[in-house]
Amino acid sequence: MSNIPNELRYVASHEWIRDEGDGTVTIGITDHAQDLLGDVVFVELPEVGDKVTAGDDIGVVESVKAASDVYAPLTGEVVAVNEDLEESPEMVNSDPYGDGWFIRLRLTDMDELTDLLDADGYAEHCESES
Amino acid sequence: MGNKTILYTQHVAMGAKIVDFGGWDMPLHYGSQVEEHHRVRQQSGMFDVSHMTVVDVTGPDARDYLRRLLCNDVERLKQKGKALYSAMLNEQGGVIDDLIVYLMTEPGVSGEWYRVVVNCATREKDLRWMSDQVMKMDVALTEQPDLAMIAIQGPQAMDRVKSVLSPFRQNLIDQLNQFQGQESEGWFIARTGYTGEDGLEIMLPDDEAEAFWKALAEAGVAPCGLGARDTLRLEAGMNLYGQDMDETVSPLVSNMGWIVAWEPSDRFFVGREPLEAEKEAGVKFKLVGLAMETGKGVLRHGQTVVIDEQNEGYITSGGFSPTLGYAVALARVPFATADEAEVEMRGKRVKVRVVKPPFVRNGQKVYS
Repeated sequence: MSNIPNELRYVASHEWIRDEGDGTVTIGITDHAQDLLGDVVFVELPEVGDKVTAGDDIGVVESVKAASDVYAPLTGEVVAVNEDLEESPEMVNSDPYGDGWFIRLRLTDMDELTDLLDADGYAEHCESES
Repeated sequence: MGNKTILYTQHVAMGAKIVDFGGWDMPLHYGSQVEEHHRVRQQSGMFDVSHMTVVDVTGPDARDYLRRLLCNDVERLKQKGKALYSAMLNEQGGVIDDLIVYLMTEPGVSGEWYRVVVNCATREKDLRWMSDQVMKMDVALTEQPDLAMIAIQGPQAMDRVKSVLSPFRQNLIDQLNQFQGQESEGWFIARTGYTGEDGLEIMLPDDEAEAFWKALAEAGVAPCGLGARDTLRLEAGMNLYGQDMDETVSPLVSNMGWIVAWEPSDRFFVGREPLEAEKEAGVKFKLVGLAMETGKGVLRHGQTVVIDEQNEGYITSGGFSPTLGYAVALARVPFATADEAEVEMRGKRVKVRVVKPPFVRNGQKVYS
């Protein structure tokens, strides 16, 4: 079974969200997602300053197996992107919840956080897809 | 549940992610296919290829039978154990399968026989075709389903294999030329492979395979799955049946013209006439390499290659090259294609260079 940390929130498109407590969230893809993708070889992300809307595709993860879109789980402005993924995309595989993070967003509406899945809800979702 | 090779429990014990491949449950990788790829290019890795189909061709007419069946000519095999890459064609000149054929005896002796290794996904149609082509010839076809096959590949492969074998077999390996194999007490040890590295492919009885696999692992040979096998062969510019060629295309548009033996001109082989007609009329397409040296993204099977407003081709095999750090592909394009093209990727067009495969040999970039 893949690792689904309790303290994070999730969406059905396999992104995780961490509330940083200062109006921003950090976003990445889950352990389950990286396992399905296999070795990640390129990650394309939006730029700092970009405005994104929940549900938009905001980037692409290319793995040895397939290209998959990355979706914005929430609405806001990009305040940071993980530039280390340029050189070391394999961190998405080795540390999906840590060094393999994608972007940080300043949220437009903090209430959107309440719509996200918790760890149990996400685990159930993964189960239903398999 | 699919078929399982004798090494299946070893794969699971070693943490393999198992996938279906042509009806067989095979390891995709044991953690990271990119790391496995690098292990083969830099040190040594091993692949369970026991799912492949081994057919022995014996009988007085074995040579005549193969000279008719294959587009390459087994007459070129002048030394015991020597291997020849070839293909079986249908009557339209399409590729039924590609294969390796070994001459198992001295050439021309009484009792001369051959061993043919064909793909696993094509096993049934291959066996049917081979059997149909016997006609009135005095030939026996004997499948060898109880042989396991392990490919050990990489610059250190030969040394690592020798370190776990008897002095007699060590010596046998030292004597092997490239593309040659020898028998030894039920084993067949061949200096062949599908990676672009030096190495061995060893057929051995099922009941000895597990001990050998474990010994190799202890000697530091990394277990590698089908994922790394695919990126290694793509870098090496080697075709994959079902992607780069199939029954609907001829070897002449599949970068396999070099395995069509036109001489002697009076040798009949199945598919010869349509190939001659195709050559006469002018071959319309060619299989080339594509290298995406700048930009992000991965070339993939099925993507369209745009040459100019009138002409296009398609990618037959594509992927990320771990050795080069960018995507490469094999593509079938109009014959006149020069050295640049564009690929339609996710709604955009990206520039690629058109090159002559292979991309990588013996750990180094080789195309220009």
